[in-house]
Amino acid sequence: MSDVAERVKKIVVEHLGVEADKVVASANFIDDLGADSLDTVELVMAFEEEFNVEIPDDAAETIVTVGDAVKFLEKNATA
Amino acid sequence: MFSLTGKTALVTGATGGIGGAMARALAAQGARVAVSGTRVEVLEALAAELGGGAVALPCNLSDSASVEALVPAAEAALGQVDILVNNAGITRDNLFLRMKDEEWGQVIAVNLTASFRLMRAVVKGMMRRRNGRIISIGSIVGTTGNPGQGNYAASKAGLIGMSKALAAEVASRGVTVNVIAPGFIESPMTEALNDKQREAILENVPMGRLGTGGDIAAAAVFLASPEAAYLTGQTLHVNGGMAMI
Repeated sequence: MSDVAERVKKIVVEHLGVEADKVVASANFIDDLGADSLDTVELVMAFEEEFNVEIPDDAAETIVTVGDAVKFLEKNATA
Repeated sequence: MFSLTGKTALVTGATGGIGGAMARALAAQGARVAVSGTRVEVLEALAAELGGGAVALPCNLSDSASVEALVPAAEAALGQVDILVNNAGITRDNLFLRMKDEEWGQVIAVNLTASFRLMRAVVKGMMRRRNGRIISIGSIVGTTGNPGQGNYAASKAGLIGMSKALAAEVASRGVTVNVIAPGFIESPMTEALNDKQREAILENVPMGRLGTGGDIAAAAVFLASPEAAYLTGQTLHVNGGMAMI
C-alpha cells in the first residue's frame, strides 16, 4: 500500500471512527463507511490539510470511494 | 449551572454597551475571552479589566482581510474558539427612497457578510471538537421592520436565516447556532433621545423600561452554556415584551 493510501486510511479511520480493515480502496464513504454529507466535507477538508492541496468542489464530487481519494491525492498532493 | 469554565469566547463589537456586557458576563462565568472592536484603547482597557487571560484583538470588520485574520488570531491567542458572539453592527439609517447603495453595502458588509465569514471560520474547529456555540446579535427590527432602516433590518433578518441554515447543517456535530434579538436597550444611542421620544418608546414596552446590556448578556450566557445544548436555530427576543413573536 502506498504512503498516500496509508495516510488516507488513517484520516478516514480517525474521522469516521470505522475499523481500519473496512477502509479498502473499493469502500464507498457513504454506503460502506456510514459517512453523511457533512462527514464527506470534513474528510475533503482533512485531506486538503494533510496533503497541502486544494480540492475544488467538482473534484470533491468525484471522490466517492477510498480509492478515488487515493488516486486524486497521488496525482495532486504537494505534501 | 451555566458554567463556562475552561471555555473560550470571541466577542466582536466588544467596545459597545451590549458587547462589553456580554464579554464581562462570559468572563464572569469562567470563559477566557478575546474581545474585538475598532477602538483600541477601550478594547485594551476592557481586556485588562476582564483579566483571566482575556485578550484584545482590534479588528475593522468592514475590511475583509481583517475579518479573515480575526479567527486565526483568536485561535492563536486562546488555543481554540468554543463560543463566537457576532455582536458588531453598524447603522446607516436613511429612508428607502434616499438610501445610497453605499449605505446599503456598508451595513450588509459589517452586519451580515463579516458574520458569515467569522462563522465559517470558527465552525470548522467546532465541528471537529463536536462542540461549539455561535450566537449572533440580531434586532427586533429584523423581524418587525423599521422605517429608515431597510438596510439594517435586512442585515438582521439575514442573520436569522443564515443562522437557521448553519444550525441545521451542524446540529449533529454538537454545535448550536442562535440569534438574540434585542429590543430597545440603554446605550449611547438611546441616551441621546429626549424625554418625549423616550416616553413614546416606553409606551410600547410592557415592561416599562429600556433593556440593559445585562439583560442581553444573561441570554448570551445561557445560549453559550452546556445547558443550552438542545436549543438551536432559534431567535431569542429580549425586548421587555415590546413584540411577542
